[in-house]
Amino acid sequence: MLQVRALTKAFRGLTAVRDVSFDVADNEIVALIGPNGAGKTTCFNVISGALKPTAGTVMLSGEIVAGLPPEQIAMKGLVRTFQIVRPMRTMTVLENAMIGAFARTADVSKAMDTAFRSIARVGLQNKADALAGNLTLPDRKMLELARAIAAGPRLLLLDEVMAGLRTAESDRIVDIIRSLKAEGMTVLLIEHIMRVVMALADRVVVLHHGEKLAEGKPSEIGADPKVIESYLGKRTKLA
Amino acid sequence: MKRALSPRPWPAFVFFLVVAGLGPVLDSFWLSLLTLVFFYALMGLSWNLMMSAGLLSLGHALFLGLGAYTTAVLTASGGISPWLAIPAGTVISALAGSMIAWVGGRFSVRGVQFAVLTIAFAELVRVLFDNWNFVGGTGGFFLKAINPDTNRPLLTLRGGALFFYFAFLAITAAAYFLVQRLMASRWGFRWRAISEDEDAARALGVPALRSKVLAVAISAGLAGLGGGLFGLMQGSLFPDSTMRLQLSIEVLIAPIVGGLGSPFGSVMGAFFVVPLMEFANVLGQRTGYYGVNTLIYGIVILAVIAFLPHGIWPRVVQFVRSARPA
Amino acid sequence: MTTLYLNVIAGGILIGIVYALIALGLTIIFGVMRIVNFAHGEMVVIGMYVGYGIWSVTKIPPWMIAPVAALALFMLGYALQRSIVNAFIERPQHAQFILFISFALIITGLHLVLFGPDSRPIDIIESMQSYSIGPLRLDVVRSQAALMALALITGLILFLRQSMLGRSIRAAADNLIGAQVIGIRIRNVYSVTAGIGMACAGAAGALVAPMFDTQPFLATDFTLIAFIIVIVGGLGSLTGALLGGVIIGLSEALAALVFSPALKTVFSYALLTIVLIWRPNGLFGEQSR
Repeated sequence: MLQVRALTKAFRGLTAVRDVSFDVADNEIVALIGPNGAGKTTCFNVISGALKPTAGTVMLSGEIVAGLPPEQIAMKGLVRTFQIVRPMRTMTVLENAMIGAFARTADVSKAMDTAFRSIARVGLQNKADALAGNLTLPDRKMLELARAIAAGPRLLLLDEVMAGLRTAESDRIVDIIRSLKAEGMTVLLIEHIMRVVMALADRVVVLHHGEKLAEGKPSEIGADPKVIESYLGKRTKLA
Repeated sequence: MKRALSPRPWPAFVFFLVVAGLGPVLDSFWLSLLTLVFFYALMGLSWNLMMSAGLLSLGHALFLGLGAYTTAVLTASGGISPWLAIPAGTVISALAGSMIAWVGGRFSVRGVQFAVLTIAFAELVRVLFDNWNFVGGTGGFFLKAINPDTNRPLLTLRGGALFFYFAFLAITAAAYFLVQRLMASRWGFRWRAISEDEDAARALGVPALRSKVLAVAISAGLAGLGGGLFGLMQGSLFPDSTMRLQLSIEVLIAPIVGGLGSPFGSVMGAFFVVPLMEFANVLGQRTGYYGVNTLIYGIVILAVIAFLPHGIWPRVVQFVRSARPA
Repeated sequence: MTTLYLNVIAGGILIGIVYALIALGLTIIFGVMRIVNFAHGEMVVIGMYVGYGIWSVTKIPPWMIAPVAALALFMLGYALQRSIVNAFIERPQHAQFILFISFALIITGLHLVLFGPDSRPIDIIESMQSYSIGPLRLDVVRSQAALMALALITGLILFLRQSMLGRSIRAAADNLIGAQVIGIRIRNVYSVTAGIGMACAGAAGALVAPMFDTQPFLATDFTLIAFIIVIVGGLGSLTGALLGGVIIGLSEALAALVFSPALKTVFSYALLTIVLIWRPNGLFGEQSR
């Protein structure tokens, strides 16, 4: 579904992502991990069109999307969430989700239905008329997810969607992602919580200092000494 | 659970019908005052539309003026029927708006900078018109005086106070319902999303540039429509009064005072602000002091913005709702 | 012919320095509080009336009255910020905008009521005189105004660099939350900043009083020039305000000479449009992607 080839993104003086290549197959869940500053969100930004690549290319189902504006990429079925959530604060929860739904339909009542279903999916149905600005952080994260789902993506990019949530809440999101996969969705997620990565991911891609360090099944990655070193430094051994 | 997203249209319908019914019984003072109210309501609706997409216009007089001049010149110099000239003015204004929105969107000119860009374009065109002899330059452009005995208002789209009362009421009511439908449609949602967080909206598939251009095109078109009829009513146009910055500021006071969120707020705002302006003018003349009207105007606006942050109309709605028995 | 151009350029630079002072006030207010002072021109006109008023009674040359005007407007700005504007910091931009519009209307209304619409020229000998430096003839009034403006600007920059309060202001402009975390009392900083911003406008007003006949309706022109300069130079950038002021002063002077006086503002607007397209954040503003 997604092919990232030799992706490079340089800002003045800083190369945030260098020559990164990986694939995400249909209906897979791939986790993008790495220490802070490894370039994961920058990758997301380039893949989703928020930034243009300095070099390399990104293809969605064989079609080149690198360099396209973000709204076009979203319309083609690649929808991302933001690490720091960005709800439309003066609009209600339902209205927020409807913005996502409007990517697939122009009809207001159809959009309302789709939006309501995605809100219900994340458990926010009782707060449909609440202003997004009044929500707690966990609810905002749920809204961010619901909004993206309402946009009917084929490939969902989740940027640390579980950061800052309690165990019960992140477990709920894990279930939601599993159910999305069961419906055929493909997911690429950035995550720090290893428990979640191990439980959800079919494959893991590890970034470090902007370069791809390793790639493979979760169990392989967990045992890879290079990966451990990148997180913990040279002298530590796992207990 | 799922509340109705668009307010019911019939209260507004009733309102406009009542106002229409008043027409024949009002005297000329009230007729002209209310006509001015409708005009500012129309301008307010137009300005508010752009604003809902996050685009602050401080040069709205440009669209007004372009509509006015296009209509006037086509009817007077071109001999074209005003039924064609007014739409022509509307289109010209819409094109100007599209261009400005495109430039702003394409080059990421947002917020304050965009507002100043609108001033820049308005001033540029104003000075252009000042120096353009074809439209009369600073000396002004004049329509032939109508002969009250032989004039047929529906043909020339000019007439007495009552004619313009109904004409402005009609287009303002039409504009109101149009804007209301738009705000309740996919476009309205998209505009509000862009206004809040353009990048997050784009990540959800909202076409930012197209949405902005559409918002400004419609907004400018409505202003051009009002300007066209306004020109026919005034009979004379001067760049320095039709396209000046002060007018751009005047048109936005009513919608902000009335309440930005809802189209009806813009209409209500005009009902409050225009009589206030007139009252302040009269008071100024009575006391013989120059500037009393400006002073009163400023004080009242300060009071409203300080104590009624969301405008007058939302507070009225709140009051009516709480007064209703549960 | 070149002498003419040289003199016009010199004159443009001189007035540009005074424009820079006006713009500096506007950009400081924006840089610290993210507020757009749409009544800035009205503050300049207050300064003009202060200059005119004191001159007409004491015959002190207006350029020397500038510090007094600065002080008067500092107090006004401080008071306004403290009493009303601080409450508007959290409110949406259009609300702030209308607030300042209402200030502008009130100030102009007061001017009209108190002084009437007639313009009040300042007739002093210096208006006719000029300094001769080589081939250059520099307007005495403009030169005095520019020198005083430079002095005030230098004083302001020194204040911002050296004094505790000045550094607090710069800290708040840079990183608002960080500044609060280290204990800077933000409301106080805001009030002082507003005072300083308006003092700049007021001082400039006194300086230009002999050049333009004082009357209430000049305010809009000053507001617009200040905005053009600040946006061309970059909102919040001091360097941008300074260089922008000189650039606009120059371009106005040259446009008036090459095209016609009526078109000089048009030229500035055209310049503004080009800068906005090329660099939306201004010549010295932050570079976005």
